[in-house]
Formats: sequence, structure tokens, C-alpha cells
Amino acid sequence: MFTKGTKRKFSDPGEEPASSGDPGPAAPSAAARTLSSSYSLQRQSLLDMSLIKLQLCHMLVEPNLCRSVLIANTVRQIQEEMTQDGTWHIMTQALAAAQCPADRLVATEVLCRQTDAAAQAGQSPKPFSVVGLQEGYHSEEVVMEGDVETEVTMSSLSPLSPQLSSASYLTGPFEVGPCWEEEDEEEEEGDCEENEEEDSEGCLSDGEERDQDHLNADSRTGEKVFGTFEIKHPASPPDPALEELFSDVDPSYYDLDTVLTGTPKMGPYDLLESLSSHGPTALSSSSSCRSDLNELDHIMEIIVGS
Amino acid sequence: MEEENDTRKVNNSFLRDHNYATEADIISTVEFNSTGELLATGDKGGRVVVFQREQESKTQPQRRGEYNVYSTFQSHEPEFDYLKSLEIEEKINKIKWLPQQNAAYFLLSTNDKTVKLWKISERDKRPEGYNLKDEDGRIRDPATITSLRVPVLQPMDLMVEATARRVFSNAHTYHINSISVNSDLQTFISTDDLRVNLWNLEITDRSFSILISSCFPSTGSPSQLFSFLCDKTRRLLVSINFEEPEDPSTRSFFSEIISSISDVKFSHNGRYLMTRDYLTVKVWDLQMENKPLETYQVHDYLRGKLCSLYENDCIFDKFECVWNGSDSVIMTGSYNNFFRMFDRNTKRDVTLEASRENSKPRAILKPRKVCVGGKRRKDEISVDSLDFSKKILHTTWHPHENIIAVAATNNLYIFQDKVN
Repeated sequence: MFTKGTKRKFSDPGEEPASSGDPGPAAPSAAARTLSSSYSLQRQSLLDMSLIKLQLCHMLVEPNLCRSVLIANTVRQIQEEMTQDGTWHIMTQALAAAQCPADRLVATEVLCRQTDAAAQAGQSPKPFSVVGLQEGYHSEEVVMEGDVETEVTMSSLSPLSPQLSSASYLTGPFEVGPCWEEEDEEEEEGDCEENEEEDSEGCLSDGEERDQDHLNADSRTGEKVFGTFEIKHPASPPDPALEELFSDVDPSYYDLDTVLTGTPKMGPYDLLESLSSHGPTALSSSSSCRSDLNELDHIMEIIVGS
Repeated sequence: MEEENDTRKVNNSFLRDHNYATEADIISTVEFNSTGELLATGDKGGRVVVFQREQESKTQPQRRGEYNVYSTFQSHEPEFDYLKSLEIEEKINKIKWLPQQNAAYFLLSTNDKTVKLWKISERDKRPEGYNLKDEDGRIRDPATITSLRVPVLQPMDLMVEATARRVFSNAHTYHINSISVNSDLQTFISTDDLRVNLWNLEITDRSFSILISSCFPSTGSPSQLFSFLCDKTRRLLVSINFEEPEDPSTRSFFSEIISSISDVKFSHNGRYLMTRDYLTVKVWDLQMENKPLETYQVHDYLRGKLCSLYENDCIFDKFECVWNGSDSVIMTGSYNNFFRMFDRNTKRDVTLEASRENSKPRAILKPRKVCVGGKRRKDEISVDSLDFSKKILHTTWHPHENIIAVAATNNLYIFQDKVN
């Protein structure tokens, strides 16, 4: 049985709190809590949960495609909504600002300024919502307040445990959202076709190529299923950062099937190395960012499409 | 004829496990053959167990054809995909019987990646009196043979053996979720989330691939459904697209997930289609694509718990649904070992429970009720007491009679109508 009252039902902001699903043990001063901040907390925890699910399912057995896609869509919906009300940008800024434990306090302060209502409500610190996590996250059971939780999740992923390094976080979106690599591959189709001769299993087979064509051609599906990770707008010039990111990577590794069905031939650490080899792009204001967090930040920028 | 939603169902359960549930014993699929004489179950450990209905005997009329174990064999083994460093589960996802053409029985069983054709045959005679071998099988010295004889077939204890006749593999990138045999008995199809493969039963190294271009629901649009049917006229019916417009007032982050379809079944008469999503069962008229004919709420009390169900992954559970032989009743499973039946004509429904504790063999099942409001009556169960680890995902109905098979984790329950 799931723990009682852990989460409320997600209700649209317009709905009354009373009508939403199962009322769990309300945090203290629930009355003082505004609907929007509790909603954004719920939404945040849903986002965290979804990201964990996406990573965890790539462990032993091949992930179920349908489930992965549904979770990815949930992430995308949350991201869209957060982009609309501006909180996504705040979160990415917080990531950029976070560099080491000491800096976490700064980030906290930054975030707390944004979410005054939440801080004042004095809500009980919500523990990081781990679902079925085992090793690696023990050190991350830091209880933080409010939106800082997000920042803890992402930044502390990197140094402490190899399994949950930023590499695996990076491979998360990579594996689930191949569309942006696919978009690139359309440019590099020439390369791909050349490779097809040399590497019979590396590049797209006919069937898989049709897969891609269908997914790209059917804009409604392709765009909507993998929309989160679609960074290219048809009219815009190629993003130089993106080009650099992928220039050395064999595009054949990222065709839809291999990416969605498990780690490609390149392991997560290879991926991290290949990213690091490109050098951090100076997107963050501070030049002393650690390279792995910088990569993370870079990826976030790409996702947001700024 | 018995009312289907009448509670008079007799429990003739066959329980495979006793005190503890090993994961390998979790039943993952159940399927009657076309006559209902055989019932096949597949489990997570890759085994297939086939039950056969015993002949009705005049001396024991109350044992109206019970099912007994007929054959057990290991269909699939776990494999390891070295390329992707991932395990391939041996869990049997689906079993489909081929229509019987001779004395042997044939079925297709599949795990995530490989479909196998199994032949199940009986042997009740064996040859005796070989010249070159003695009774123990030892080779005789030819010099000692002075006369020849013809071996004779002698009766022996019935032996049922299963042999793998074909293995169809390497055709699916994603998990195979269903197989379907064509009425021409020469071809069958296997589907995963994105691709349909059409196979010839004789040829294992090639298949035709049909790509499904948009089978996933996308945000802001209604859920879509593609289904395939090899119907009696041997046409392959491709891409029937059924959509129901979404109600914007109930939209939440989980709308897409709960509208995702977990099972599709054509009615026996071929006129209707039944779909199962997380909270409802819908019956569609094949002529009408924009709106279901009927919608039945399976466990709407879960609507308020979607976030928790997302957290513990239950929201991704894939429930199956099934028609009865006359297409008048539909059945599907739920949590807490409950399963539900809906009578399409009388619009009545019933919730029953498949559990050892709450029903003895040959006892009549008592209807159950989940209490959603504040006051809980004596026999009701509150939503919070439901056991979400006890889910009935797989159910099947005998093609002609009112016999149902229900898989509750590692136990198989067979229920049939009570005789007056």
C-alpha cells in the first residue's frame, strides 16, 4: 500500500483545494499556504518523481516503451507549464548558481526570495520524494525546503555517487528524448548514409529509418511525443553549441530504437567524457563552474531552447 | 441461461502455489483455446501450464468438467542482450492457440522478443519388441539374434509432450505485447509498441513489418487506438482509429496516462470493439469512431488517488478485458483481487473477489463493494484498505460457456456457473 496521504491529487489551479482527491495529513499552517505554492510544490515533486522513474527504468531490464513515453510526456507537460509561468527559468538559474555545498545556501536564498509565500507558510520540510531508490541516494536525503529541493536533486547528483552522476542524469533525457539528436541527424544524413556501408548495425536499418521518417514526418506525433527535447526550430540557424556537442558523436548511435531501448553502445560514462571533451561552453556567468555541472546546465539550456 | 452478473459462481479454483509467492510463479497470461477444452497459462518464469477440461461424467455430475493439469513446459528462458547490456525477461506475455487441425494442439507463446510455436501431443502407445535393442534399451549383440520380429505398439500411460516447432525471433526492437493468428492458419502477427510483424508460420527468418506511425497519445489530443484483426474473410484490417474527445474539465497531469489503452478486444460477432484504459472499459461500435457506445466505470474511486498511484507505478498497470461468448457481458480486473463484470443488456454490474481466504472451493462468490463515502457498511471495503499489490490483470472467458479463468498474482481461479 502506498503511504497514506503522501500526495494530493493533482488538481488544476482553478479547482478548489477541497475538491482535490485524497486529502493527506496537511502540513502545518495549511490554511496559510496559497493554492499556487502548494500546487507548484506538488508539481515539482511530480517532476522529480518522473525524472527518477526515467532513470531507474534503465537499470536491468529493457524499459517498457509505453511507460517511458508516458513519463516523458508528463515531464514535458510540467516543463511546458513551468515555462509558461516562469518557474522553469528560475529553476535553471538555480542550477547555474549552485556550484558547491556552500553555494547551495546562496541558491536557497535566491529561491526563497522568489517563493516568499512558501517560506512564510512555514510548511514542514518535505523530504525528497524518493520512490524505490536504493544506493546512491542515501546521501541525498537532505531535507530542504520549498523549491530548493529541485536544486538539491540535480546538483548533488553529480559528485557523490557514480550511478547517479550527472552522466546518468544526462543520459536520462538523452535516452528518452532522442528527437533533438534526430533533428541533427537530418542534417548529418550524409554521414549516416556513409556509415551505413561501414557499420551495418550502427546506422539506421530500413525499418528504423522509416521509424524516424514517420516520427519526424508526422509532425503532430513527433513533435508532441518528444517535444520536450526538440530544440530546433525550422527557421533558426543551427545552434553552434549543439553542433559542437554532437560533432564528434556518431549520429548512428542515437537513432530512435537504440536510444529508447537502452543505453546505446556508448555507456553513460563515455557520454559524459565525450561531452566533457568538447569543453564547457560558457553559458553560466561564473567561470569557475565545475565541468559536470556546466554540462548539466548546458543541457538544460538546450532543453529550454534559450 | 444464468444471468451473468448473478453471483452464483462456483469456485473451482486451481491453486498452484501454497504459502509463499515466488516471483516466477506470477501468472502473466491466460487463454482458452477455441473450444474451451484447454486453458493455457503463462508465467513470469517462462513456463506454460496447460489445463484440460475433463470429460463430464455421469457418475459425478456435480464435477461438471473440471480443469486439470494437462501439460507443463518451459517455453522461454531468460536471455541477455550483450549489445545493450540488458536482460530479456522470460515472462510469457501472450499465448494464442491455433485452431486444431489434427490430434495435436498448437499454440504460440511469446516473451518480450521471441515468439515460439509449440506442439503439444499425446502419446499413449509405445513400440515394444525391438530387434536390436532389449527392453532396457541396451543394444543387443547382433550375433545373438536368431529370429526377427515386428515391434508392436503397446499401450502406455498417457504422456503429453511439448516440442518447440518454430522460433520466431529478432524482429522486435520493443517489447512484444500481443500476437494474433490469422484465420488462414498460415500467418500470424506479432506487435510491439511501434511495429507489427506479419509472419508465415513456416518461415522463421523473415517477416513483413508494418509501422504504426502514431500510436501514442499526445498531450492535448484524445487517446488513440490502433488495432489489428485478421477476420474471417482473411483481410488484414489495419489502423482503426478511435478517438474520444477529452473533457477539458477533468484534465490533469495524469489524463494522458489514464486514457492510455491497456487492452483491446473485438467482440465475438465482430461488430464491437472493447477497450480498457486505467479507470474505464469502453465498448465501441466499429462504425462509429468518435464516441464509444458504452462506458463502464471500473474503479472510479481511484480517480482521487492518481498521484499516489503514479508514485508506486500502479498507474501503469495494464488490465485486460474480455467478452463472454455471447458478447452480452464484459469482464475486467481491478485491485485487491477484485474483478468486475458488466452486463451490457441489464446494465447491472458486480464486483467479485478471487481469494482463497474469502471463498472456499465450490462456494458461491459473494459480491463485494468498495465504500467511497464516509460511512462504511459492514461488508464494504474502504478505498484506503485496498491492496494494490493484488491486482487482477489477466482474465479470460470460455468461448461458449460461463466459465471464467482469473489470474490473481500466482494463483489461477476458475469459476463457473452454479448448476441449479
